[in-house]
Amino acid sequence: MSRAETAGGTGAEASVRPRPLWTLGLVRDELRTTFRRWRTLALLGVLAAVPVLVGIAVRIETGDGSSSGGGGGGPAFVSQITNNGLFLVFTALAATLPFFLPMAVGVIAGDAVAGEAGAGTLRYLLVAPAGRTRLLLTKYAAVMVFCLAATLVVAVSALAVGALLFPLGDLTTISGTRITFAEGLLRALLIALVVAASLLGVAALGLFVSTLTNSGIAAMATTVGLLITVQILDQIPQLHALHPYLFSHYWLSFADLMREPVLWDDLTRNLGLQALYALVFGSAAWARFTGKDVTA
Amino acid sequence: MAPNETDDTTTAGEVEEPRAGRRRAARYIVPVTVMGVAAATIGLVPALADSGDPDLPDITAAQLIEKIAQSDVERLSGTVKITTDLGLPDLGGLESGLLSGAAGGEDGEGGSSADPSGRLTELASGTHTLRVAADGPDRQKLSLLENAAEYSLIHNGKDVWGYDSASNEVYHATVDEADTKERSAQRPPATPKDFAEEALKAVDDTTSVKVDGTAQVAGRDAYRLVVEPKQSGSTVGAISIAVDHETGMPLKFTLTPAGGGAAVVDVGFTKVSFDRPDASTFRFTPPKGAKVTEDTEQDRAHGGFGGKPERGPKPEEDLAKGLDGLRMLGEGWNTVATFDTGTGAGLPTEEAGGDLGGFLGSLGDQVKGDFGKGTVFSTRLVNALITEDGTVYVGTVTKDALVKAAEAGK
Repeated sequence: MSRAETAGGTGAEASVRPRPLWTLGLVRDELRTTFRRWRTLALLGVLAAVPVLVGIAVRIETGDGSSSGGGGGGPAFVSQITNNGLFLVFTALAATLPFFLPMAVGVIAGDAVAGEAGAGTLRYLLVAPAGRTRLLLTKYAAVMVFCLAATLVVAVSALAVGALLFPLGDLTTISGTRITFAEGLLRALLIALVVAASLLGVAALGLFVSTLTNSGIAAMATTVGLLITVQILDQIPQLHALHPYLFSHYWLSFADLMREPVLWDDLTRNLGLQALYALVFGSAAWARFTGKDVTA
Repeated sequence: MAPNETDDTTTAGEVEEPRAGRRRAARYIVPVTVMGVAAATIGLVPALADSGDPDLPDITAAQLIEKIAQSDVERLSGTVKITTDLGLPDLGGLESGLLSGAAGGEDGEGGSSADPSGRLTELASGTHTLRVAADGPDRQKLSLLENAAEYSLIHNGKDVWGYDSASNEVYHATVDEADTKERSAQRPPATPKDFAEEALKAVDDTTSVKVDGTAQVAGRDAYRLVVEPKQSGSTVGAISIAVDHETGMPLKFTLTPAGGGAAVVDVGFTKVSFDRPDASTFRFTPPKGAKVTEDTEQDRAHGGFGGKPERGPKPEEDLAKGLDGLRMLGEGWNTVATFDTGTGAGLPTEEAGGDLGGFLGSLGDQVKGDFGKGTVFSTRLVNALITEDGTVYVGTVTKDALVKAAEAGK
C-alpha cells in the first residue's frame, strides 16, 4: 500500500514540477491555515507581551531617577534601556531566545505533521497530487516563516514599547564606540534575522519528531522536552566537549553583532550548526515521512 | 540523535513486504551520511588547514632575540586568546562574589566595576578572548570580551577610559605623557609580547635558548623560540614563543610546566593585522546615563593601586614590597625569594585564626626541615613554603627544591 502511494506521489510530483507557482500556492495555503489558528495567534500575543512587561518593569524600577541594572545583572543590555529604547529590542530578544521563542517554534513544528495526522486530515492532503517530499518542504517553509514572524513580533513590539517609554538616539556599542540611530536600527534588524535563523535547528527537530507520531500533543511535548534537556545539558560544565554540538550553545552569540568591529566567529558557528541540524533532521523527517504508513 | 532507532518495523504491511521495510531503512542513509560528512569536515578541516610548517630562512636564537628587541610595531589590531591554568583551587563564583561585594561596599567612595585594576585580574584564570588595537604610543585599546558584554580599556592621548558595557559604568583618568609608561607598566600582562618580554628577561647562562622550527600563528609565518631552564628542580618545563618573521613581534607565548599536562599560560593571537586601526576605535564619549567614576591624581596618590589591596592586581606583591629583608636564594630559574613576615608566627593557628587557619592549613602539605616545621602551598607553577616562625619561601621550583633551598638558606 505504502509503496503504491509513494510511487503515485513521485509520479504526481514529476508531472507538477514545471509549475513552481503551484508550489507557492501550497505554501500560501499552509501559511494561511497556520496563522489563522487561535493557538498561533495566542503564541504571538504572548511573545509580543514579553517586551511590554520588560519595558514597564524597567520603567517602574528606574522611575525615581535611579539607574537600572545595578552591577550588570539580568538579561543582556538591560542596563542600557533607560538611556536608549532601542536596547529594549536586544534585551527582549535575549530574554525570549532561550525559552519563549523556541517553545513557540516547537509547538508549531511539532504540530505540523502530527497534528494533521491526529485530526485525520493528513490523508486528504496526500490525495492532492503534491507528493510527500513537497508536502514536507511546504510544512518546513511554513515553520520557517513562523520563526521569522515570531522574532519580528518580539522585535517590533520591543521597538514600539522602547520608543514610547524611553528616549531614542545614537547608541554606544558594547565595545564603547558610537553608532548612529539608523545604523543601530539596521543592526537590530540584522540581529532579528540571526535570531530567527537560530531557531531553524529546533524547527527541523520538531518537524522530525512530528513525523514520528500521530499525536500533535505528544510531538509538541517531546520537542519542548528536548529543548529543555538540551538547555540543561548546555549548563553542565563537565559536558563541555559536547557543548559545541548542542543547537542552543551559540544562541546568544547574536550579541556579537553589537561589538565594533563585529566578531563573526561564534555567529558563523551558530549559523553553520543550525544548517547542520536542519539538514540532518530535515532529511531524517523526509526518510520517516516518505516511508510512513499513513492510516489517519 | 540517531534517527535509525526510531524506524518502527512492526507494522503488518512490512511483515508481508520485507523489501519495503528495507527500502524505508535505506532512506535513513541520507541523514546518517549528512552527519558523517559533517563530522568528517569538522575533524578534517583544521587538519587540512594546518598545511605544515612554513619555510623560512634559518636564523640563530641570538638573532631572533635581537629581532624581538628591535621590533617596533606601533600599529596593530587583533584578537588574542589567553588561557591560564595555574592550578589554583577553583574559587570561581566565590571569588567574583567577594570582588563584587568589595565593589558594592565601596560604591560610596568611588569603587566602580569599570575600574581597570579590578577587572584585569580576571585574566589570571580560565580562558578569555581579548581584542587589542594600537596606533602609536598614545592610542591603545584593550577589550575583554564577555558574554553579550565587553570591558574596554581605551587610552587616547591624555585620557584613559574604562567602559563596562554590562553595568554601563565608566571609569576615567587623565595621564601625563610621562605617566603613560609607568601606567602601562602597572597593567598586568595581557598580550604575547608582554609575556615574551618577561620571559626573555630571565634568559641567562642557566637557560637554553634555541630556535625550534617554524609555525603558523594567526595566518602569519613565525619562528618558534624555545626557552628551557638547564637546571633541574624548576617547575617551568619550557617556554615557547612564536615570533613573526617580518615584524619580530611575538605572536604566541606558551609556558608548559615541567610536570607535564596542559600549558600553564597560553597566550596567542588568533587574528592579527598590522594596518592602522580606524580612528573611531579609540574615540570614546561616555554614553548617556552612564555612571562615570573619575580617578583623579590625588585619589591615585593615596588610594590608588596600593591603597585597595583587596582589589589590587597582586595583593601579595604589594605585601612583599612593603616587607624588609626580601632575599633571593639560588640562581637562574631556581631562584627562591624569601622574606620574613615579621609576625613571628606563620599561619594563623586553629586557636588564633579559627576556621580560617584550619582551612588554610588543609590546603597545603606539612613539611619538616632545618627550618623547623612549615606548610607548602602548591600550584602548577609556583610553590610557597611558610615556616612556623613566619618565614616565607616562594619560587617556581618543585616542592623538594623549595625545601632544599629553605634548608640551605637557613
